[in-house]
Amino acid sequence: MSGQGVTTTTQPSSTSGNGAAGDVVLELRDVHTYYGKIHALQGITLEVREGEIVTLIGSNGAGKTTTLKTISGLLHPRAGTVHFRGRDVSHTPAHKLVRDGISHAPEGRRIFSRLTVMENLQMGAYTRTGREIDENVEHVFSLFPRLAERSGQKGGTLSGGEQQMLAIGRALMARPKVLLLDEPSLGLSPILIQQIFGIIREINAQGTTVLLVEQNAQQALEVADRGYVLQTGRVILADTAANLAANPDVRRAYLGEI
Amino acid sequence: MTTTTTVLSARPSFVETFQRLRLGPYLFVLGVAAIDYVVIGPNQFVNALTIGAIYALVALGYTMVYGIIELINFAHGDVFMVGAFTSMFVLTQALGQDGPIDSPGMLAVVLFINFTITMIALGILGAAIERFAYRPLRHAPRLAPLITAIGVSFILQNIIQIIYGPSPINTPQVIDPAARVEIGGVSIGVVNIFTIVTAVLLMIALQMLVSRTKIGRAMRSTASDRDAAQLMGVDINRTIAITFFIGSALAGAAGVVQGLYFGNIQFTLGFQAGLKAFTAAVLGGIGNITGAALGGFVIGFVEVTAGALGFFVWGQAAVFAVLIITLVFRPSGLLGQQLGERT
Ligand SMILES: Nc1ncnc2c1ncn2[C@@H]1O[C@H](COP(=O)(O)OP(=O)(O)OP(=O)(O)O)[C@@H](O)[C@H]1O
Ligand SMILES: [Mg+2]
Repeated sequence: MSGQGVTTTTQPSSTSGNGAAGDVVLELRDVHTYYGKIHALQGITLEVREGEIVTLIGSNGAGKTTTLKTISGLLHPRAGTVHFRGRDVSHTPAHKLVRDGISHAPEGRRIFSRLTVMENLQMGAYTRTGREIDENVEHVFSLFPRLAERSGQKGGTLSGGEQQMLAIGRALMARPKVLLLDEPSLGLSPILIQQIFGIIREINAQGTTVLLVEQNAQQALEVADRGYVLQTGRVILADTAANLAANPDVRRAYLGEI
Repeated sequence: MTTTTTVLSARPSFVETFQRLRLGPYLFVLGVAAIDYVVIGPNQFVNALTIGAIYALVALGYTMVYGIIELINFAHGDVFMVGAFTSMFVLTQALGQDGPIDSPGMLAVVLFINFTITMIALGILGAAIERFAYRPLRHAPRLAPLITAIGVSFILQNIIQIIYGPSPINTPQVIDPAARVEIGGVSIGVVNIFTIVTAVLLMIALQMLVSRTKIGRAMRSTASDRDAAQLMGVDINRTIAITFFIGSALAGAAGVVQGLYFGNIQFTLGFQAGLKAFTAAVLGGIGNITGAALGGFVIGFVEVTAGALGFFVWGQAAVFAVLIITLVFRPSGLLGQQLGERT
């Protein structure tokens, strides 16, 4: 539950495709994040509701990755707040937020190259104990049968696409309430991109809220309920995915339309 | 368009499996050791194994710390030295010992208590050094913690020098140094066997911990990618502290056996031994646990062989010559880095 009673008038109410959207689970209010002196996020305000797929789009350097890092606790805002399920988590370290239910599959896969596929998945379940972990491994293997075949292989020896599958599978092992995905389709073949987006839908249908960062705005807006367009550390547009996809400015800037 | 089903994967042949085990460096070291056995004879061979075991235990701490935070912990040799003094303190002050213990039962109890207390005390010392000297500098330029490590090294030496003075002092050899057993026609000191067996058991335990347990996985993933490990829920500070604890506890164990084997200790002990153990870690491939163990034994052999052949004064030079030659042919050491590979 949000319990915050703050309504941001600039934002459209959620019109989720699957109608499952509920309470606000994640809320950023006027977040400013810095890298030293570099002012990367200059007042980001956004919210994600339970059951939604929300996408962040924007050109290189817009601040998408920084936004995800600020949510997952790898970075902390210098001003503004991040609320997760009604609690201020602006300064909670990343390793604690995993326990609370935020799982972040970072940009560039970042799998552990010397650990086996199985060990990578076990790392994903680091915060958890008990027998369900094995069931989760089975679940990830059913989503990505390729990983099952390679479970004993070192992560670093997987192909790029397989590493991406492993990165997503590993993030799922935490059984997150909110899954942050940073460019999951980067560098994948068209077939694999389709597959990854299919899996994102599937994960969402099984009850995981998804915040998706994508260069591939076309695909992202197809799968998402709502979207935010970022530019130089600010939200310049917030709307339903369908409206964004129809917006001429968005089409020109991010969907490659002339 | 082709379908992307599994391509028939051929089972790896025996030769491939063998190559994948990468036994080359081990076989090489074994071969050299065998030749060395003929050259220096059984007594010196056992001596080399014993000294090598001590270097190996100390080298593990260098390599673990380097593997996880890429810091060459120059104070680690002195942590080993403090271990030797702690062991002496426990034996004399806490357990009231002053020489060989005859009853095997009593000896076992004394050794057990001594190892336990010394290792825990040194583990705490190592974790405290990390907490107060290195952690505040985690994001500082790399030179800063390095200089700090040298400072910590001086502090440890000075503390021991103030307490116990500058000269070598005796430490009880609770395992009778004269006790020997006959194995395959060769008479071997009991204390040698004890040292080697203890070191090997500790190395196996460490290897199991790192490769099989959850904390081991946390250590390896922290070494490999700190941010990603955090995103899995790993508490980086805790994991690094545990790494220091374990590495320093092993140095403590090395300090115990050092005292048992040589019978006297001095505050400068850590500098020499630390340098050689560090060399062992680099030789084996810094960051690589098995490599450090292997490197420790290699250094033991080089040093003892140089002495046995009458080049005792050249012992140090020989150690570094072997290091340089190895690094010329294998720049990342005998086994290469392994604890976690940076991507
Ligand atoms: N580690 C860093 N140190 C300094 N500046 C950084 C760092 N990481 C990002 N930045 C800066 O912060 C801004 C936002 O970067 P961010 O990585 O969030 O962009 P992005 O939207 O994810 O871009 P891309 O689509 O290329 O991944 C950029 O101007 C970038 O140069
Ligand atoms: Mg990015």
